[in-house]
Amino acid sequence: MAITDIKAYAHLTAADIETLGQELDSIRRSVELSRGERDAKYIRRAIAAQRGLEVAGRAALFGSRNRWAWLAGTALLSVAKIIENMELGHNVSHGQWDWMNDPEIHSTSWEWDMTGPSSQWRRAHNYSHHTYTNVLGKDEDLGFGILRMTRDEPWRPIHLVQPLANLLLAATFEWGIALHDWSIEKELSGTPPRQLMSQPNREFGRKISRQVAKDYLLYPALTGPAFKQTLKANAMANLVRNLWAYAVIFCGHFPDGAEKFTVEQLENETPGEWYLRQMLGSANFQAGPAMAFMSGNLCYQIEHHLFPDLPSNRYPEIAVRVRELADKYDLPYTTGSLGKQYLLAFRTIHKLAIPDRFLKATADNAPETSSERKFAGITLPSLGGVTLPGAESTHWLRVDPETGKRRGLRSALHEAKVVLQEKARQEKEMLREAKAALKEKAEHERQLLHGAKLALQGRARQEQAALREKALWDKPFRFLRRAR
Amino acid sequence: MGSKNGGFSVRGVRAWLEAPAASVAERGGKLNVLRGAVARVTTPLLPDDYLHLANPLWSARELRGRIVEVRKETADSATLVIQPGWGFDFTYQPGQYIGIGLLVDGRWHWRSYSLTCPPDWSVPGHGGKRLISIAVKAMPEGFLSSHLVSGVPVGTIVRLAAPQGGFVLTYPPPEKVLFLTAGSGITPVLSMLRAMDRREVFTDVAHLHSARTADDVMFGAELRALHDRHPGFRTRLHLTAEHGKFALADLDTEFPDWRERHTWACGPAGMLDEIEKHWRDAGRSDRLHVERFEIERSAVGEGGTVTFGKTGRTAEVDGATSLLEAGESVGVQMPFGCRMGICQTCVLTVSSGHVRDLRNGDERREGDKVQTCISVAAGDCTLDV
Ligand code: FES
Repeated sequence: MAITDIKAYAHLTAADIETLGQELDSIRRSVELSRGERDAKYIRRAIAAQRGLEVAGRAALFGSRNRWAWLAGTALLSVAKIIENMELGHNVSHGQWDWMNDPEIHSTSWEWDMTGPSSQWRRAHNYSHHTYTNVLGKDEDLGFGILRMTRDEPWRPIHLVQPLANLLLAATFEWGIALHDWSIEKELSGTPPRQLMSQPNREFGRKISRQVAKDYLLYPALTGPAFKQTLKANAMANLVRNLWAYAVIFCGHFPDGAEKFTVEQLENETPGEWYLRQMLGSANFQAGPAMAFMSGNLCYQIEHHLFPDLPSNRYPEIAVRVRELADKYDLPYTTGSLGKQYLLAFRTIHKLAIPDRFLKATADNAPETSSERKFAGITLPSLGGVTLPGAESTHWLRVDPETGKRRGLRSALHEAKVVLQEKARQEKEMLREAKAALKEKAEHERQLLHGAKLALQGRARQEQAALREKALWDKPFRFLRRAR
Repeated sequence: MGSKNGGFSVRGVRAWLEAPAASVAERGGKLNVLRGAVARVTTPLLPDDYLHLANPLWSARELRGRIVEVRKETADSATLVIQPGWGFDFTYQPGQYIGIGLLVDGRWHWRSYSLTCPPDWSVPGHGGKRLISIAVKAMPEGFLSSHLVSGVPVGTIVRLAAPQGGFVLTYPPPEKVLFLTAGSGITPVLSMLRAMDRREVFTDVAHLHSARTADDVMFGAELRALHDRHPGFRTRLHLTAEHGKFALADLDTEFPDWRERHTWACGPAGMLDEIEKHWRDAGRSDRLHVERFEIERSAVGEGGTVTFGKTGRTAEVDGATSLLEAGESVGVQMPFGCRMGICQTCVLTVSSGHVRDLRNGDERREGDKVQTCISVAAGDCTLDV
């Protein structure tokens, strides 16, 4: 069962969580106060650079019958589309630049170069996903409705095709997102599914037909004889962007350590707990400035989830302060290289494709989902030999008297790992011993059986011999009887 | 595409071509066909999204302008001459105001100022281009007005909103006119005077202007020149530092025929209140036009009356009730999502007054887009919903 009580899971008191929330609020405030010309310049330059790359790419494709021009054009266009998607579309739509009060760079008016309409994406993403982050059944981004990403979701035979579904989703990511947002929009707005000309349907239809016509008809047609090459280049650029966007999203949400939650946690959730849920539910990946830019600074997914509407160029400095808080409150801060984070997500996708009976861990202590129950009934060394009661009680939370450090989730996770490993080792040992004893017993019995068999065989032989003798004696008389 | 009888029609094709630029169509004219056609290729952007990178005046979503001259009027006021960008409608009426947005520290600040120029105006020295002008007086607490008066360089790009307002001089002007102005209240009236001057239609016009001292009088020299040139125009100056506030009772001696005149008054709220009462008592309210300047000041107080512009409903709220809740409490269909300030679903434009962001105490005002779920009224305000 995913986390139902984040307080118990985090090994922090309610007061701790409240102060943590206040400290995060003050980070937000200080960034808000210092937003200014420097940040405005950043986004305007990013926009200009993206437009420039796109125009250059489109121009190069006029000569795309030449292989090099095709390659250059496709590469430029791919990069342009990635920036447009990640650093511009995603972040502007989050309202990160609304503070500038510029109608041209504003969440209410920005339209992006993806299949689905921005407005539908905003509802699904900004609202559903960011409010209910990783809450099972509330956050539809948890597996995008087609992947099973936690053991809390019951296995169904359809999940067997998960590896394939994953590939398909990656390659056609913008379509996956578009359809996903479209259905959420219809659901949230209460539009009857059978109403053909409903507002969401029309909006969706208009946008996708424009996007398809532009990339696969109009631009190719503009380049005349290079029609086919331009079409291929556009398709390729879309594919590259899809794969990259997919990878960034998956690395931000599905590596081990990015936790899932149940709706119980939502009940009476305090602002501090909301922050904590964002912190525990997201994962970062390490990136230099160039890769950070290309990921729309979503390599700072944790910071993005804490402050989705603060300017993306400030995430690196926010990250430093968030890490400090993670240290102070002894909380995990999930990060790793892009490759590692993706492999972890990849492993989960494939692991959870098969039925639970083939899986070892439970939904309480699996690498991809754990819960406060993971700690119930075990003894953590840092707690001085106290065995943790059930998840309900938190009286054992404490501050280390010697170092003055808070004992939180991170230590608990480390120790629990050791304790659980030791417990598993002991269990294995016991199992091995029991097995050996059983084997011995079996051997003994086998021997006994063997002896008995031999004895029986001996007896059988004797009886046979006796019978044979008797038969010899009987034979002549039988002959006589017949002759008579 | 197509016409009523099922075939193609020029108008149908044109409508189809223009469709992508429809949201900005009122500014486009014939160019919209081209813009629409190009926009089909540049979708989801408009061609202007690229063009304005080359020239900021070619903006896609809004009017822009460039400041071409800053002229000091008095110690604390200045005239800004602005060359509007593509799409500006120059057929406004004298007395109207425009919205102007200025970029300070990365953020656009939005204010309204009266135009001081006559319609369709151009001056020598600017290449015969049509221009507009506003006059700004620095207010003690006015962050933007001070910036405009003392710090804005020529060449600055500003955002513009189309001219609007009902405080206008009818054309042809009435036979007898009275202008009552005080302080920067002179600005819309100056536009009217300049228009009359340009059209050579000065009827019988009387003007009384109040200012603290002679040095505080904006456009003093120009008023005198008009006075000298046009026999029908009388302008009188009342200096309040010497003589105190102008007493309306004195109108009978200054302008004995004031009851017959069509009167335009502009100045501080207190003065306008008195004038309105005086005219009402005289049964002459139908001849009075007043313009109230929103005083550029910090938001005061907590809570107030929130008006929902499009639905016409109002709600009385305290300083802790979010605008979203306020709207819902009186049955306005408010957009919302998370209700905690993270999703931007609830964003609406403040069309007048001040509101405050509950999370950080920041003040937002007319022209700003705010998240209604975390904003509260700071005094009376109007939302565009
Ligand atoms: S409702 Fe989500 S920001 Fe206001």
